[in-house]
Amino acid sequence: MILGRVVGAIYSTINHPILDGRKLLIVDRIAPDRKPSGGYLIAIDVVDAGVGDTVLMIDEGNSARQVLDAPNAPTRSVIIGVVDAIQLESTEPRRPRANGDRKRA
Amino acid sequence: MLLGRVIGTLVPSQVCDGLAGVPMLWVQPLTKTGEPIGLPLVCADSTRMAGPGELIYYESSREAALALDPWFVPVDDAIVGIVDGVDLTPLAPEPAPAPEGKAATTGSAP
Repeated sequence: MILGRVVGAIYSTINHPILDGRKLLIVDRIAPDRKPSGGYLIAIDVVDAGVGDTVLMIDEGNSARQVLDAPNAPTRSVIIGVVDAIQLESTEPRRPRANGDRKRA
Repeated sequence: MLLGRVIGTLVPSQVCDGLAGVPMLWVQPLTKTGEPIGLPLVCADSTRMAGPGELIYYESSREAALALDPWFVPVDDAIVGIVDGVDLTPLAPEPAPAPEGKAATTGSAP
């Protein structure tokens, strides 16, 4: 699954029938610190996400077809969740705590 | 799915079974703001209505073939829709969480 941030939407009338009435959002890929990590995807929204939301999306066909309940859908990218919070532990190696040393690096 | 601009057409003389009559179009992949990125690629046009100059979105890999009928065809990329409009909202960058103990030190900025 991919972490992303919704930055816009696209509209189309001439499209594959499976996309009729679906909301298509432009989602920037982001790193866990919420900074854009390069690249974007146009994803189908099934969870009512909106512009500015941090979202969880998939970019894989089988899962997308399962979510959309459409066995022949030509789609891979689907927004499957809106993220409320991200908790990130420090990636620095944990050092042994000396006596009374409470300072954080 | 990604955005692309149709930059030309391509007419194959021999194609695999199932691909006869499917329009093949040159597509330049675009960033979300419309700048070209990467090399152009050939997309099968599942809408059969796209033409040079049009802004489209396309799907890649196995799902591209699923857009076509018959679907079990050797296709890498397929146009699945023609874009009417792109709505990009300029967003302020997400505020970084304030470092501990530094929350109230903004008064001395020049």
